[in-house]
Amino acid sequence: MLDTMRTLFLTFLHAFRHRVTIQYPEEKPYLPPRYRGRIILSRDPDGEERCVSCNLCAVACPVDCISLQKAEVEGRWYPEYFRINFSRCIFCGFCEEACPTYAIQLTPDFEMGEYVRQTLVYEKEDLLISGTGKYPDYSFYRVAGVRIAGKDWGESEHERPPVDLRTLLP
Amino acid sequence: MRQPPFLAIILTPLLILGLATLLTWVERRLLGLWQDRYGPNRVGPGGMLQAVADGIKMLFKQDWIPPFADKGVFVLAPAIGMMTVLLSFAVIPATSLRSIAGNLNVGLLFILAMMGLGVYAVVLAGWASNSKYALLGGMRAAAQMISYEVFMGLSLMGVVMITGSFSLYDIVAAQSGLWFIVPQCLGFIVFLLAGIAETHRLPFDLPEGENELGAGFHTEYSGMKFGMFFLAEYAGIVLVSALVTTLYLGGWLGPFLPAAVWFVLKTGTLVAFFILLRAALPRPRYDQLMTLGWKVLLPLSLLNIAATGTILMLRAPE
Repeated sequence: MLDTMRTLFLTFLHAFRHRVTIQYPEEKPYLPPRYRGRIILSRDPDGEERCVSCNLCAVACPVDCISLQKAEVEGRWYPEYFRINFSRCIFCGFCEEACPTYAIQLTPDFEMGEYVRQTLVYEKEDLLISGTGKYPDYSFYRVAGVRIAGKDWGESEHERPPVDLRTLLP
Repeated sequence: MRQPPFLAIILTPLLILGLATLLTWVERRLLGLWQDRYGPNRVGPGGMLQAVADGIKMLFKQDWIPPFADKGVFVLAPAIGMMTVLLSFAVIPATSLRSIAGNLNVGLLFILAMMGLGVYAVVLAGWASNSKYALLGGMRAAAQMISYEVFMGLSLMGVVMITGSFSLYDIVAAQSGLWFIVPQCLGFIVFLLAGIAETHRLPFDLPEGENELGAGFHTEYSGMKFGMFFLAEYAGIVLVSALVTTLYLGGWLGPFLPAAVWFVLKTGTLVAFFILLRAALPRPRYDQLMTLGWKVLLPLSLLNIAATGTILMLRAPE
């Protein structure tokens, strides 16, 4: 009986406690920087698209919500189209892990509700941002030994000039 | 005692139904308050229209009667539940003037009779639903309510003995010196517990016991029939609170404030207490409930009667 009264009193005291509810639309919850929300495509520091359309994100995606097509301009690969169906996406972040060029990244934004289901399919224009995302200094074509317009073999950062295989001189 | 106007007779049940509807919101807000959250606070001022929204939702639900149910009884059961509770309010005196049935000289007996009839609502609902969970709930309800009714009646006898009347007016009037909660504290506790069991509210909501019986006796009910059970339960809370106020807390009596305000204040506090019980206490096992009833509360109420009778006899003028 005393236990019951004590329980009642303690429960009553909760009336004066701090509320744990966050009044969402008025009051936004804190989301950590690595929160897995809306997916974006970032650009390198030069303002070029980072995506090289290697298809690894599409392969890693467990729900097959990514679709893209490769195109090539003077040695640079880029996606002709890049489509994410957010009505399927489960925000697992595997695409971000798979991406070799830090192009695809997840952001702490989740407010993507729509009334028309078709509008949840984001095209490349919707996905591309103008900034570099989480990796401000990284540029794939600057460090990779790929020949593109304006950069020949051996001209990348930390890359030695190519060895001439036809000479025997040391 | 003047006859209440016809309008009052129409308005009182509507008022009580409105109150019961509002109480669903009040309960959810208070539960939220005691669980460190807000509860429904979006629809209307402070979420007050949540009850209306729920009502609209319930009205537009399909009113489904299962093909295996006993149709006539199935429809009748919620109506009985609602009717008995509403009829009981007729004899509750909110102030010294206002009660629908006037100064009924067997008011208390009338309420006990109505509460006894209220058992039929749950038993018939459980029986007519023709499904195992509903039947189990109905059986539990029958056992619980009938056994708790025994000492509910007995615990009241102390009050009746002191007053010498079954009229609720006389009972309130007799408390002008001292509220009956002081000389009848034992009866008060027993009556309060029996009242909770009678309205099958937590912690005595075994007839509904969500985790083992689905929803108990109203498992098969949907739409407005379910709504009627729901509202009858909340009206029952108000009824028991008003009854406890009348019998033990001095009814409309109190200094400074008008009579009706005192009555509403006391009843409201008790309703809040009912909700606090729900927020704080777990449900006992079924046998524990019956043990508490027959082995603790029944002897207590008999002891109360014996003690009250002895004291009254010793005090009586020769």
